[in-house]
Amino acid sequence: MSATSSGAGATSPEIVVPDELANNVVITNIAKLLDPVYNWSRRNSVWPMVFGLACCAIEMICTAASRYDLARFGMEVFRATPRQSDLMIVSGTVTKKMVPTIVRLYNQMPEPRYVMAMGACASGGGPFKEGYNVVDGIDKFIPVDVYVPGCPPTPQALINGLIALQEKIDQQSIATVPWYRKGDPTAEMVPVPVLGPDLVDLRQLEIIEREAAKAKAETAETAESAA
Amino acid sequence: MSEKILEAPDTVQNPVEQATTELKQRFPESLSDETRPGYEGLIVSPDKLREVATTLRDELGFNYLSSVTGVDLIDDNKMEVVYHIYSIEKGGGPIVLKAQVDRDNPVVPSLVPVWPGADFQEREAWDLLGIRFDGHPDLRRILTWDGFHGHPLRKDWKEPFYEEDHKPFGSRWPGGGVRRAEELNPYGKNVQYPPGWVPTGDEYEVETDLYTGLTIKKDETIDLKTEQVTVNIGPQHPSTHGVFRMVVTLDGETIVALKPVMGYLHRNHEKIGERNTFIQNIPYTDRLDYICSMSNNLGYVLAVEKLLGSEVPERAEWLRILNVELTRICNHLWALGFLLNDLGALQTPMLYFYIERELILDFFEALSGSRMMCNYMRFGGVAYDLPDDVRGQPTLQFLDELVNERLPRALEQGNELMTGNEIVQARSIGVGYLSPEDAIAYSTAGPVLRASGIPYDVRRAEPYSYYEHLDFDVAVRYNGDIYDRYLIRLDEMYQSLRIIRQVLPYLKETEGAPIISGKPQYALRVPKGGEAYARVENPKGELGFYVTAKPKGSNPERYHVRAPSFINLTALEKMTVGHKVADLVAILGSIDIVLGEVDR
Repeated sequence: MSATSSGAGATSPEIVVPDELANNVVITNIAKLLDPVYNWSRRNSVWPMVFGLACCAIEMICTAASRYDLARFGMEVFRATPRQSDLMIVSGTVTKKMVPTIVRLYNQMPEPRYVMAMGACASGGGPFKEGYNVVDGIDKFIPVDVYVPGCPPTPQALINGLIALQEKIDQQSIATVPWYRKGDPTAEMVPVPVLGPDLVDLRQLEIIEREAAKAKAETAETAESAA
Repeated sequence: MSEKILEAPDTVQNPVEQATTELKQRFPESLSDETRPGYEGLIVSPDKLREVATTLRDELGFNYLSSVTGVDLIDDNKMEVVYHIYSIEKGGGPIVLKAQVDRDNPVVPSLVPVWPGADFQEREAWDLLGIRFDGHPDLRRILTWDGFHGHPLRKDWKEPFYEEDHKPFGSRWPGGGVRRAEELNPYGKNVQYPPGWVPTGDEYEVETDLYTGLTIKKDETIDLKTEQVTVNIGPQHPSTHGVFRMVVTLDGETIVALKPVMGYLHRNHEKIGERNTFIQNIPYTDRLDYICSMSNNLGYVLAVEKLLGSEVPERAEWLRILNVELTRICNHLWALGFLLNDLGALQTPMLYFYIERELILDFFEALSGSRMMCNYMRFGGVAYDLPDDVRGQPTLQFLDELVNERLPRALEQGNELMTGNEIVQARSIGVGYLSPEDAIAYSTAGPVLRASGIPYDVRRAEPYSYYEHLDFDVAVRYNGDIYDRYLIRLDEMYQSLRIIRQVLPYLKETEGAPIISGKPQYALRVPKGGEAYARVENPKGELGFYVTAKPKGSNPERYHVRAPSFINLTALEKMTVGHKVADLVAILGSIDIVLGEVDR
């Protein structure tokens, strides 16, 4: 367990450990031990949400199946409800029609929550980026922790992404993680986008109004010049 | 190649010509021949369309409406609806009917009263092209959402990241530049709004129309104050095989009404396809039914080959059949695993079936470079010859072992564990019944159609590639319930194995022979232009591609996919009403849909 080596294992000069117990006893203090234990338990029980969007979901299922066996990482517990899951694997093309649902699901996940953009589509639109109904990357709406390239990523690539997520978890400290603090910025609700004539990100209302005014001025101008 | 293979099958009198003459005699006023070069079919005056269709169905035996395609003929200022109608009994080619209407006010009579299977396809044409269907019971948008701005497949409609009408785009080729479309868009993402539009707050009520159809009845019996409830299942639900949504009205646990809502994976396949060059579309077809990329490739390639008039060398045909049949096994293993999952046998059967599927995927990876998105077929052949070895074993030996030992053993095991299982039988026999008449009327295809006792398989009805030379049976079951739809997939896998066993000797025989006719080309141009419709028997059902091109065109003018999963869903309500909500999950699993193809 590499994670613990940073905190535990250092011997204290005041306490003498009998030789016969030297291999079994580690002298440490709670502050040093807390982070490794906290992260060790979290990194090995990341529960993903059952959330297949497109082609990548098939590879995600293959990863969970017997050959690649996600259970080795403690991640085989796919939960159907966001309330019980730690990780949202956005596995496939995010369409405009689907994005309100995804944001709502993200909002329903409890902290600490992680998001993985699996495949080209979720990361940046992929081959369908130019389409009128496709969101060019889920990171335009919710924060993403790990990007996994590929179209679709092979199970090995997905496992690599999950290991990257474990490394990210290892670097967090219970003393500084935001989700035990008041006014946690990461726990904020992302405003759910609305389907109008096109997808409306409610954080962009100002820009939409500005552009509308600009378009109005332009049409007035062309009408004037035509007259 | 042996002489026997080249022999043409006996030519019988063409049922299409027969029916066409008959039709013309009956409706001399309202039918005229297609005059554009390279196009086929009959132009019907819209007001007689329903009568012509009824005559075709009831008197001439053309009783299967396969595909409804809307086409925007912007140069003639017209909208066209193309109907491909087949005969289940006689097999063979289609009768193609075309109704042309004014582009500014396109109204065509709906064919839903004649074929209920036209329902979703007409809604799609309304959604994407703005063609209204008079008499359609529920003409709402289907792939985009209520309130979407414009009809995206119209030729003059432009998407937010629009660059040029056709690829290759000047910004990338031949200079090799990069264009960051987000940075050029004022919103920084893939959106656009009608000029001068400001949000008003009405956007929140987009789905009013959907729910008004589902009336909620109250039971007026004294002391029994019950009420029906409307439940949304999906789009995020573990049973919907992706992002599919069903709005069901329940009376207790019994389903009273069901409306599928789709479009959550609408990836604009057709719009992008009409911008792409011909060859650029092949990898996109992989992502239609992403479990069966090889078969999708084949359907598209066949359609374009019709336009190009290319020849396919013998070895390429055998390679095509090998891969398509392996794909069928792949898909059915997947489908059965999931069906049993849906029946409550959570995960275990899935794991058993997927072990063998991985072997097929390994072969695909060695052959094409990718496990799932094979991008393998080319116009006039295939991209690569067989690799030297797969998983350290010589390829033919690997295939031999796979087909003769591993797969039969796996199927036998699955059969033994599942088919006689009491719970499987109790959950599936008699559930989700679809009568043969309904199966045809609802335009269902593939295992769903054949499990209802209709022995219709495109490989036999209108053979393509070398299927007419191969010895196999069309699997058919007669009870039309979930159990039969389960059994028919097992049957089909056995038949696929039988086909592959016949193909393997030819692969050995033709070793070293060319796999593509002529030099591989990238900038293909269609010499004469025209239209082509090709269909293949995909694992999910009949997959059709309708492609039109201008003379010397390098891009499809209209590119339409007849997606079997999408059209099979039309029958979902018919199958589910009256059953319990738990059965709904199993019935959906037995149709075997893939959302990439449903929504395209």
